[in-house]
Amino acid sequence: MLKYILNRLFHSVIVMFVISFIVFFIMFKAGDPVQLLLPPDATQQDVIEMRHALGIDQSFIKQYEAFLKNVAKGNLGTSFVYGQPALEVVFERLPATLELSVLAMIFSILFGIPLGIIASIKPKAWYSKAIMFLSLSGISVPVFWTGMVLVLVFSVLLGWLPSSGRGEVYLFTSAFTWDGIKHLIMPVLTLSFFQLALILRLTRTGMMEVMMQDYIKLATAKGVPRRVVVYYHALKNSLIPLITVIGIQFGQLVAFTIVTETIFAWPGTGKLIIDSIQNLDRPIVVAYLLIISFIFVAINFLVDILYTFVDPRVRM
Amino acid sequence: MKFFKNEMVSEFFEDKLAVGGLIVFLILCVFALFPSLFSYQNPYDLTQLFLENSFQPPNHNFWLGTDEQGRDIYSAMMYGLRISLYVGLASTVLSVIIGYTLGLISGYYGGWVDTIIMRIADIQLSFPAILIALIIMALWGQGVGKIIIAITIVNWVYYARTARGVVLSEREKDYAQSAKALGMSNFGIIFGEILPNTTAPIIVIATVRIANAIILEATLSFLGLGVPITQPSLGSLISNGYQVLFSGYWWASVFPGVLLMVLIISINLIGDRMRDIMNPRLKR
Repeated sequence: MLKYILNRLFHSVIVMFVISFIVFFIMFKAGDPVQLLLPPDATQQDVIEMRHALGIDQSFIKQYEAFLKNVAKGNLGTSFVYGQPALEVVFERLPATLELSVLAMIFSILFGIPLGIIASIKPKAWYSKAIMFLSLSGISVPVFWTGMVLVLVFSVLLGWLPSSGRGEVYLFTSAFTWDGIKHLIMPVLTLSFFQLALILRLTRTGMMEVMMQDYIKLATAKGVPRRVVVYYHALKNSLIPLITVIGIQFGQLVAFTIVTETIFAWPGTGKLIIDSIQNLDRPIVVAYLLIISFIFVAINFLVDILYTFVDPRVRM
Repeated sequence: MKFFKNEMVSEFFEDKLAVGGLIVFLILCVFALFPSLFSYQNPYDLTQLFLENSFQPPNHNFWLGTDEQGRDIYSAMMYGLRISLYVGLASTVLSVIIGYTLGLISGYYGGWVDTIIMRIADIQLSFPAILIALIIMALWGQGVGKIIIAITIVNWVYYARTARGVVLSEREKDYAQSAKALGMSNFGIIFGEILPNTTAPIIVIATVRIANAIILEATLSFLGLGVPITQPSLGSLISNGYQVLFSGYWWASVFPGVLLMVLIISINLIGDRMRDIMNPRLKR
């Protein structure tokens, strides 16, 4: 077990190292941020001074070396645009993004799994078909389209919900104030619609596959009540693969906050990353991507550990 | 070559929803192939756009209204459908060819070839797909060709993984082993024997992922990083219309959005049915 953990850790560090190199290289090749940072009437002297101040007048190897040295000290560089440490800038906005992602995931699980079970027990019933058609539209509708329709209905037409911003924030989240909750409803629904549909469908397929297995038939044949068969024997085994999917999908959720945050002007990392890519603000882009991939790696790691507990057949 | 058995085809037609999806999809394909036959304005031709026609609500001259440049939404949707489908199909075909070839090679040869290809795939999969496509497009700028390449770069991994898994189980089977015993070359075994035997699952995955590719394109275009409005896809039309949604010009974004939804639902209905038919664990 310990060997496995160390192995994974080593692998993750390598992956993040490679990512940092690739992103660094792409951003290096992408162009000169100074052109975007200085006013159009800046002199040649200003340009040279600024390039020197930002440390981008050196060769690629030198710059990357300096970056690595800084990383060893826990510093991912200073933002070209904000003039603050890149990590600080990203961490400032990260709670808003994680808040959306976590709430959306909880919402998707709370509704996706029960609906999936309902649709699997009697697949031919009208309500199962209705659920399945809804879930089909869930995976067919782009995130931005869900958000747009919600804004159109609840902000433009009805005027019930605010269409932008985070509202009143208390203790890192807006979930504790009424104003904050009103701001949260639409972004969270937007973000979770696809996930909910996906989890629903996977639960249903998993349940249907498990219900065909011999041990379920045996349990039914020996007189175990239907309720126990479905909710204990079948559910337990069909939920195992879901854990992996939920782990992977959480990363997708964090990525799709880029779209949600753009629509609802949510002050999270999504808006930041789009602006930073366009401003060629390399330290922010590198820091953001490293943090995202760290979250991704950490969650997948937790999922693997969790797996060994729920499925004793998996041995590391 | 025959990829699907006859009973699979008849099984497909048993499901009314799937048949409905297929019919809608074929109709949309006809629109996309001949947009000029079904529209009365060419959105690419700027001399046909008149500013005095801007923001017309749906009426008998402009069936689904116009946007701020007097672009007829209905006509632009027909052309947009073409771009969306084209990007979806082209990027899927490209990623299938690249991913499938690399996956077959990776799975058959193993060793360092396998290690390199799968390590690249691992690194790519440690990132959400949309993020990679977003970075590429943000740095490259808008364009139809560029977005096809960006989606291909993102999507080949999935086919490579599937193909590799399939090969690992197929190469031990009797037919592959006997081809080897008969002295067939590795190239011949991979592309002559294993490839035709593993095409069906790939086609199913590809069908589902066409929808994904179209959504990805639309999302990037919505963020302003995909296809420019002068050569609009459904996504760029929605993006363009969204900017005036709050001014009450809802038709500029809602109609292209509905069409996009219908397109993707029809593809997913087909893909779903195919997946159910191919899943042996759901057979009674």
